[in-house]
Amino acid sequence: MKLPVKMTINGQKVSHEVEPRLLLVHYIREVVGLTGTHVGCDTSQCGACTILIDGQAVKACTLFAVQADGATITTIEGLAKNGELHPIQQGFWEKHGLQCGFCTPGMILAAYQMLERYPKPTEDQIRHQLEGNLCRCTGYHNIVKAIQWAAEHMAGKK
Amino acid sequence: MYPAAFDYHAPKNVKEALGLLGKLKDDAKILAGGHSLIPMMKLRLAQPKHLIDLGKVPGLSGIKADGKALAIGAMTTHWEIESSSAVKSKLPVLAEVASVIGDPAVRNKGTIGGSLAHADPAADWPAAMIALGAEMVCEGPKGKRKVGVDQWFLGLMATALKERELLAQVRVPLLPAGSGAAYMKFPHPASRFAVVGVCAAVTLDKQGVCTKAGVGVTGAGTKAVRAKGVEAALVGKRLDPAAIEAAAQKAADGVDVQADLQGSVEYKSHLCRVFAKRAITEAVKRAGA
Amino acid sequence: MATVVQERLFGKAIKRREDPRFITGRGQYVDDVKLPGMTYAAFVRSPHAHARIRRIDTSGALKHPGVVAVFTGKDMAGVNSLPCGWDLRKEKNIPGVVQDLAMVPHMPLTADVARHVGDPVAVVIAESQAAAVDAVDRVKVDWEPLPSVTVTDRAARSGAPQIHTGAPGNVAFKWEIGDRSATDAAFKGAATTVKKRILNQRLVANAMEPRACIARFDTATGELTLWVTSQNPHVHRLLMCAFVLGIPEHKVRVIAPDVGGGFGSKIFLYNEEVVCSWVARQLKRPVRWTATRREAYLTDAHGRDHVTDAELALGRDGKILGLRVKTTANLGAYLSTFAPAIPTFLYGTLLNGVYTIGAIHCEVTGVFTNTTAVDAYRGAGRPEACYVLERIVEAGARALGMDVAELRKKNFIPKFSGAFQTLVAVSYDSGDYAAAFDRLLQMLNYRKFRAEQEAARKQGRLLGIGFSTYIEACSIAPSKLVGALGAGAGLYESAKVRVHPTGGVTVYTGSHSHGQGHETTFAQLVADELQIPIEQVEIVHGDTGAIPFGMGTYGSRSASVGGTAILMSLNKIKEKGKRIAAHLLEASANDIEYVNGQFQVKGVPSKAVPFGAVSLTAYVPHKYPDNLEPGLEETSFYDPSNFCFPFGAHACVVEVDRDTGAVQIQRYLAVDDVGKVINPMIVDGMVHGGIAQGVGQALCEGAVYDEGSGQLVTGSMMDYALPKADMLPLYETDRTVTPTPVNPMGIKGAGETGTIAATPTVVNAVIDALAPLGVDHIEAMPLTSERVWKAIQAAKAKR
Repeated sequence: MKLPVKMTINGQKVSHEVEPRLLLVHYIREVVGLTGTHVGCDTSQCGACTILIDGQAVKACTLFAVQADGATITTIEGLAKNGELHPIQQGFWEKHGLQCGFCTPGMILAAYQMLERYPKPTEDQIRHQLEGNLCRCTGYHNIVKAIQWAAEHMAGKK
Repeated sequence: MYPAAFDYHAPKNVKEALGLLGKLKDDAKILAGGHSLIPMMKLRLAQPKHLIDLGKVPGLSGIKADGKALAIGAMTTHWEIESSSAVKSKLPVLAEVASVIGDPAVRNKGTIGGSLAHADPAADWPAAMIALGAEMVCEGPKGKRKVGVDQWFLGLMATALKERELLAQVRVPLLPAGSGAAYMKFPHPASRFAVVGVCAAVTLDKQGVCTKAGVGVTGAGTKAVRAKGVEAALVGKRLDPAAIEAAAQKAADGVDVQADLQGSVEYKSHLCRVFAKRAITEAVKRAGA
Repeated sequence: MATVVQERLFGKAIKRREDPRFITGRGQYVDDVKLPGMTYAAFVRSPHAHARIRRIDTSGALKHPGVVAVFTGKDMAGVNSLPCGWDLRKEKNIPGVVQDLAMVPHMPLTADVARHVGDPVAVVIAESQAAAVDAVDRVKVDWEPLPSVTVTDRAARSGAPQIHTGAPGNVAFKWEIGDRSATDAAFKGAATTVKKRILNQRLVANAMEPRACIARFDTATGELTLWVTSQNPHVHRLLMCAFVLGIPEHKVRVIAPDVGGGFGSKIFLYNEEVVCSWVARQLKRPVRWTATRREAYLTDAHGRDHVTDAELALGRDGKILGLRVKTTANLGAYLSTFAPAIPTFLYGTLLNGVYTIGAIHCEVTGVFTNTTAVDAYRGAGRPEACYVLERIVEAGARALGMDVAELRKKNFIPKFSGAFQTLVAVSYDSGDYAAAFDRLLQMLNYRKFRAEQEAARKQGRLLGIGFSTYIEACSIAPSKLVGALGAGAGLYESAKVRVHPTGGVTVYTGSHSHGQGHETTFAQLVADELQIPIEQVEIVHGDTGAIPFGMGTYGSRSASVGGTAILMSLNKIKEKGKRIAAHLLEASANDIEYVNGQFQVKGVPSKAVPFGAVSLTAYVPHKYPDNLEPGLEETSFYDPSNFCFPFGAHACVVEVDRDTGAVQIQRYLAVDDVGKVINPMIVDGMVHGGIAQGVGQALCEGAVYDEGSGQLVTGSMMDYALPKADMLPLYETDRTVTPTPVNPMGIKGAGETGTIAATPTVVNAVIDALAPLGVDHIEAMPLTSERVWKAIQAAKAKR
């Protein structure tokens, strides 16, 4: 049984027929062809697949594509606008918030939601809000710095 | 990760959902937030033939307050509870519990009803539901029925929810004046489920004597339980540190503590007592504030 | 002509050039590659720790819609065992070392016996990933379960189930280094001796990107292309071609594109890569396989897993007189690519640490068990050595009643440069161990901390501080030496520098970046040497089709070995450029110097040819010296004369929750000496990450097997606790700089220091916190809350 799904991903309308068991992350990567969203675990721990669905950070590995029918989705590919990096992306670059880059898309989108909810986060808040995103390279130090950088620069822009 | 194939159903209302449940019976599973079920399906530990997604059923989510209780739709997400102004003003301990479930992305999708129906022994909500004396509102072919929390958790991942029913709402009574509640948890270092979690709610009279106490313990055993011994030891006492300490000593009584990588029976029983003490102490502090 | 003086980039914290693609989701990892006609592989794996295969019935799977083929070990007859690239057989005959090794086969798909949970026995190839996974459940294996052994110090006991016929008693090797009789004598004369059992638990690397591979066979050219998550694509090609599949290397291209972390686990040649390569040739269709995280836990080479009895002999004055170490190292079910080297030449040779020690003796027994194979994991052998030494040294200080900092200071090897011959074969390059430690104590304000600790203890708080003063060995070399020690490969590095006609430069390096930032640091090096803008420099890595050869990235060797190879090629470029410029300037090549991006007559900046003009002339050689080849491209192979030995001192402040045993890190300080540093931002980042992994081992990580069933209990990220952001502090880091005389840039290596140092630092801090209760040792890591709590209870019970 295949079912039709329609969604808007990074401003582009997409529609396909998919098996109900197709996870949203596989839909995005294999069917739509956006490979910036990564799969790092099987159990919703690592957060490498974090995307925004209707503005909320969600692990795309723990959702079937059919559940996201009608949704508006932002993946890492859709965050920079007109070639201009989002302040969070810029912060990760400025503060060396990444090494191998595999967890980075999920980290950035988790940070995106974090700064929406807590525009001036404390270090503790940043660390608590990153509970669902694992990084094996950075020891988190520069990720915290990157998010702090972004918070400062986003506050400046508002 | 590819779960086994299944058919997907997205009913438009509760009646349709109940109809599907009636028709498909054992072969069907209800899909709420999916954060318990989908990981099990990915590992093929669960292989339902049909999924009935409640995501598109209106009226199953949202938080309403009446004079006596908060009525929380089963499909209300942990984040909605964590961030709800009604919750924060009327029953802030629920926001506290929600804020330590999983992680932010999990809280955005995971639902209170899904958690209570799944009844994972290490879930956070059960401790709070027990401490606060919540009622589960189930809907089935014969209409609605309420189940008190003490009748809800039957065993490991087993609840009083019947085959053709779905959990529609959770009613959590508000605490009277002079009350305080707190949730204290020892999180699993990897999964962040509760190795042990204790929720305590106490009501104090003007003299500071405890008139009512609810204490729920999750994580340690095969199901969350009411720490009756602790409650009995609290009621009628002025809750000074010694009284709290003495009451907390009974926190593991009646818990079928399970040993695993996170701890022996001895250690987890000890944690029950430590976190009972901490939760009660904090609840008493809040009651006084 | 006006010249622009380029700012020197060596030592500058410039932003990474690779980041724009990663932060916008445009990195390309193996699993991102999609090829026309691609098929998908899924493996049938043993659910048993140890079981004989009676029969495999693939008929059900073959009937499943979408399935293309199913292969078992029997189908792969003619394919050889995965090789073990480090030979400890006694015929090697190394002075001062006693050894022997049982080489046992490791077939890509085992056909007779499965020796650990997850051991692959068959592969399903299908048109979709889903169909492949579905069909795996339809392959019926008739198993005869056998008794298993997973526990390190039980494997070699009598009565333990025999895992390989070629390894009686499950002993893989015995190995010995140092002077036994001198050590025995040192213990006889000691004022104090301490003995501790020290367990170094099994870890899983957990690179965030799971292993993956895609194999494509081109029927037109007969060429096989393998995309693989590799830290060393040339090594993958060499091992697979020469040893396993027997196909010529010039017909195989291995590409390691963006790789999401390795930490050692992506050095090795694995079953799945070999199987997919073989299948692609059989089916003449591309095959992709990507590990699930569960597969990663079951099949990525694990790390550590030592049981050690360590003894330290001390004089009354606190001088270290002797160290005796007996270790059993669990190698898992098979010999992984470099497995025998890790608990021997990368372990025993580091036991001298940063101390002057009277005598050392170390013996290691490597054992087979029914567990996943163990090989290098970040630090590889050196963390195990450092852990043993730094724990036993602190235990010694406590036994003597001496301050742990004081005892260290008494025993440091004095500052030196050139050579310090240790008692365990290796000779250090340069060191100033006291300087790093003094800097650390200053950052910490050690005396003040001890006063605060005293006050906290009076309030009943359990506050502790721990140190480690570590040494590590990087850029393992020279090839001649490692060959004599048993390595099956050389340990040099290659670099080709191609200058394009218009002055752009492409560097083809055999090093591989999977997070290290080579595209930035190597470009800094090139821009500096050639005095050209960094934008004119491109770094290419990870493709055997483009790069002459390479040994890859592990053991913190990229900057020191790979970087030096680049430097050598740049020097050749400059030398050739001088000859071209001399011809253009009608001068002698000996009179030309390269200054500020131009070739000029010595001391005469006005008589000069810019770099771009020389490169153009090299390709348009109209006015050109006789007897000089056109073109401007040079290749070098650098084989270092010795290892490099970074060192440093770390400290950690912890508070222990007396009620729960939970450990909270309050401060973490690190002073590292990695020699000269190209990009301090990148080095700091590696130190941070290393610390987090070391803290992880100390406090939460550990692979656990169920003893009865041999099942891996910690087979998911729900169970295996990786460090999260909220258990770590901001790190306070600094550096001292003691250049190595081994290579011209003075670079030692920085990739593993944090991991090596952090584990003993944190454990020592916890022990220090618990010291007032009478706890002086906890045998096993990680120091979970329960372990700490139990130590507290046991100490209470004793009093």
